[in-house]
Amino acid sequence: MTLPVVYCLPVPQIIVENLVKTYQVAERPIGVLGGLKALAWPRYKTVTALEGVSFSLESGELVGYIGPNGAGKSTTVKALTGILVPDSGRVEVMGRIPWKERVAHVARIGVVFGQRSQLWWDLPTIESFDLLKEIYKTPTPKYVQTRDELVDRLSLSELLNVPVRQLSLGQRMRCELAASLLHSPDILFLDEPTIGLDAVSKLAVRDFMRVLNRERGVTVILTTHDMDDIEALCSRVILIAGGKILSDGSLSSLRAQVTQERWLIVDLEEQSAPPCGQDFEIVSQQGDRFTLRYQPAQTDTAGLIGRIAAQCSVRDLRVEEPPIEEIIARLYGGAGK
Amino acid sequence: MKAYFALFSARFRMLLQYRAAAIAGFGTQLAFGLILVMILEAFYRSGNAEQPLTQAQAVTYTWLGQAFLGMLPYTANPDPEVRDMIRSGAVAYELALPLDLYTLWYARAIASRSAPTLLRCFPLLFVAYLFLGMTLPPSLASGAAFLVSLLAALFLVSAFSVLITVSLMWTVSGDGIARLLPSLVFLCCGLIIPLPLFPDWAQGILNILPFRGMADAPFRLYLGHLPPGDVFAIVAHQLLWTLAFVLLGKWLVGLGSRRLVVQGG
Repeated sequence: MTLPVVYCLPVPQIIVENLVKTYQVAERPIGVLGGLKALAWPRYKTVTALEGVSFSLESGELVGYIGPNGAGKSTTVKALTGILVPDSGRVEVMGRIPWKERVAHVARIGVVFGQRSQLWWDLPTIESFDLLKEIYKTPTPKYVQTRDELVDRLSLSELLNVPVRQLSLGQRMRCELAASLLHSPDILFLDEPTIGLDAVSKLAVRDFMRVLNRERGVTVILTTHDMDDIEALCSRVILIAGGKILSDGSLSSLRAQVTQERWLIVDLEEQSAPPCGQDFEIVSQQGDRFTLRYQPAQTDTAGLIGRIAAQCSVRDLRVEEPPIEEIIARLYGGAGK
Repeated sequence: MKAYFALFSARFRMLLQYRAAAIAGFGTQLAFGLILVMILEAFYRSGNAEQPLTQAQAVTYTWLGQAFLGMLPYTANPDPEVRDMIRSGAVAYELALPLDLYTLWYARAIASRSAPTLLRCFPLLFVAYLFLGMTLPPSLASGAAFLVSLLAALFLVSAFSVLITVSLMWTVSGDGIARLLPSLVFLCCGLIIPLPLFPDWAQGILNILPFRGMADAPFRLYLGHLPPGDVFAIVAHQLLWTLAFVLLGKWLVGLGSRRLVVQGG
């Protein structure tokens, strides 16, 4: 006797297929005359923000969504959060089309826009929290539990009774994070959450995101220009430029896509001769520190180190991958933007 | 429902933080009221024909207008909160809340129309009654009719001011409409000159327009200039216009949110 075997393919939590969005932008010639002309005959040009973007995400992923300014990152996030209606394409988040069932959809997601605030400027943070409890219809015991946990994790207890306008940016961002999570969403969208934060606040925000993703299984979609955020957090990176996805995968595959090169950083003694050779080039020289670039596929790393150590008097050296900023800059450059 | 009430009470608590603004508002309205009362007095002294309002009634009407001024969309900023949100793009957060956008804005409008008024009207009415010639309603029934139609006026004014807010979805800056309409409202609801003092030919139009229900009708119920029994017809007129504004607003929000572009990255 054979038992019927049922294969359950996991349905991705977020599906984006062929997403297209264009904007009409008014064209204004400069100067008074130009302004008058535009007043009489307004002219519009069509700007394509998204040109057929597709990807899918599984529940519990922590994805970095990166790209240069104007690449279409925010537009994608707005479509995923139901704020914006795209021209064409399919978006499904937890089985719902965000802009069609906006209210049901947003009840299950959390959003933080780093450059805006969802807290009541003039009121203590706790009042905004209480208001959100009512808006999301969270039962009191569950609300109190979630709130206390967030207050503890983000060390907010000192801040709760301070009017939001008196908080520093780092403090406010921690409060914004808590506010977006009070209703225990399944997915958290973070649009540049570390923008303008100092190092300590950035680390606090990052640690918190990691805990949230690992321990609570919340899917996190993070758009940022801070590559340290990406390196510290994201197992998967989607790179968008000019409205198209250029790359989708791990950070190391993103690197591999651009270049295999390694950097050898050498600190020399003061009297030493500079390194020279055919199979590497010097990227930079700062004082006694030389940064060399080479292709490990052609040049054997151990051999190169041996030759340089014989040629110059080396104080210290180390091998690194090129910094992620360098990789991203090259990718952006390659996109012709 | 609870969410909207919470919104209202947050707004109220927020206003309580601004004592200086409340005192300044009180002073401004007192000064404006005095000017209007003096103009009225000059007008009553020089005219010899019989006026549709007695001088005492006109004075009381003026003080009511000053006391409930905050309820009317009288400034260039009928709903500064939502307007700033649309301009700055923070409206994205508004759309990220699991609430119907129109209802949310309507609730915000009711809160921003009523909270400051509640805060300011009592001291002003008190001072005007004690020192400045304001009178009490002639009967309890007149007073009750006034309160009922004042509440209906709040709903009417709020529905109207949401329409101004919604227009921002098309114009971004929105200063044009937001400056033009309040001046019209201000004139047509009786806050500059009491409506009974308008010429006869204007009365017919004013009776149909929604603005009478925003101030003039409740005030005249207070004075007893309209009998308390008229309250049913007045409230029906107010609520019909409210319904029309709400339906129009809902339709426009549906239309507007499809083309809404949240500014900036």
